Amino acid sequence: MKAVVTVTGRDVVGIIAKVSAACAEYKANIVDISQSVLSEYFAMIMVVEIDQIAVEFTRFVDAMTALGEQNGLVIHTMHEDVFNAMHHI
Amino acid sequence: MLNMNDILETIHMIEGENLDIRTITMGISLLDCASEDEDRFCDKIYDKITRRAEHLVSVGEEIEKMYGIPIVNKRVSVTPLAIAGGALSPDGFVRAAKTLDRAADTLGINFIGGFGALVHKGFTIGDRNLLAAIPQALSETGKVCSSVNVASTKAGINMDAVKQMGDIIKETAYLTRDNDSIGCAKLVVFTNVPEDNPFMAGAFHGVGEPDGVINVGVSGPGVVASAIRRAGDCDFSTLADIIKKTAFKITRMGQLVAYEASRRLDTPFGIVDLSLAPTPAIGDSVAHILEGMGLERCGAHGTTAALALLNDAVKKGGVMASSHVGGLSGAFIPVSEDQGMIDAVSCGSLTLDKLEAMTAVCSVGLDMIAIPGDTPAEVICGIIADEISIGVANTKTTAVRVIPAWGKKPGDMVSFGGLLGYAPVMKLNEMSPAAFIARGGRIPAPIHSLKN
Repeated sequence: MKAVVTVTGRDVVGIIAKVSAACAEYKANIVDISQSVLSEYFAMIMVVEIDQIAVEFTRFVDAMTALGEQNGLVIHTMHEDVFNAMHHI
Repeated sequence: MLNMNDILETIHMIEGENLDIRTITMGISLLDCASEDEDRFCDKIYDKITRRAEHLVSVGEEIEKMYGIPIVNKRVSVTPLAIAGGALSPDGFVRAAKTLDRAADTLGINFIGGFGALVHKGFTIGDRNLLAAIPQALSETGKVCSSVNVASTKAGINMDAVKQMGDIIKETAYLTRDNDSIGCAKLVVFTNVPEDNPFMAGAFHGVGEPDGVINVGVSGPGVVASAIRRAGDCDFSTLADIIKKTAFKITRMGQLVAYEASRRLDTPFGIVDLSLAPTPAIGDSVAHILEGMGLERCGAHGTTAALALLNDAVKKGGVMASSHVGGLSGAFIPVSEDQGMIDAVSCGSLTLDKLEAMTAVCSVGLDMIAIPGDTPAEVICGIIADEISIGVANTKTTAVRVIPAWGKKPGDMVSFGGLLGYAPVMKLNEMSPAAFIARGGRIPAPIHSLKN
């Protein structure tokens, strides 16, 4: 199973490093990253595998949200099922 | 395979367009709680509700976090109390209502529905006792919702019940006069009432339902309004297709949440209700969808056609997205819960007569409409009879939830707070239908009810 992590906010040094480190800490394996910066606005979408995750998925969601708040970013972590349900028949 | 555009679209719907799951409602049968001992009945219903729905709120919150979609309400509906508690006295029904309220507090839910009766063909003793208890029950509880089905296409209209509901609404308004007559916001008069509706105040758990069931109501007027806005000038076929595609996506979200809630709560999945349910929040209005189609204001001539197109397209899009569709499934047009409707009434564009016409093509009826506090009971009965006739003749659900706001006059504002919103008091036709209402008896079922 996978989850989608989206990160948005003002661009500063080290955003990818911090988010990746948190994923590693919780054993969420990053399988895809798409990232861009537009007029100092940072936007990233990561797809991570959550089968081997170290904690309950909802706690991982909380941890990522908190990481965003600590760094002035907005981080959403959502189970892939929601995208598959909405966009695939 | 996850597509980046799809991911961004979903997140934008949730973050920018108010997409949410409006309610997960657990239906619970109270038929096995029947007892002629009032204490025992109250104990049994409290125990069953709090046991069955013990994890409803926590599971709802877990799903909310897992999928990143807000689930605004977690609620419970129960077997109509007039059936489960058929042996109770009026005082007993008031106690039972307070027990439901206490159970709702224990569970942490915001409404519990089912303090009602089905009287479309006549009254049982239990029905009469429950109806007598409604005003006091609604004034002495905060979370209990009541609905009374007074007609059906098969049975015709029980005009004795219509007459009685006029008095009950007036008395409820008086007993809750210190709070803008809010008791009436929790009381709905129905025809052809669905037995699996997850939305309040009309939700109850029908007698043909299993012991427990999970029904989900989706929302998303903001998403539909944005899709229409983005489409710009297009013809009606294209417009209908855009609404269908959007409704499909919204409903798939509801189906996913319903399936997951059903699995985690070990309770069968019932239905997804496709209704577009507005809230007073900016960008969450059904009126604004209609205005987005090209009407200067909701209520303009053309509004009924626009609503008919919307309602039909939402159903066509939604029906393939869910394995079981039910409940009310149509666009809601509650005045106080929809900023666009409130504005349209305030500026004089939307009148009660136009609202009545609109209910012929959408799902509910005259919903959350504040009327002058000195409205005579028989005028309220006339409003109910008209609205119920539309439902009976068209083989559809219609309902009336009007609030004769105590001490208020046309143009005054009443405020109910939260999702119930606020509303300007609407002017009524003051001619009296008293002699018509006083006839009593039943209006026979229409000829097209004989389908066998």
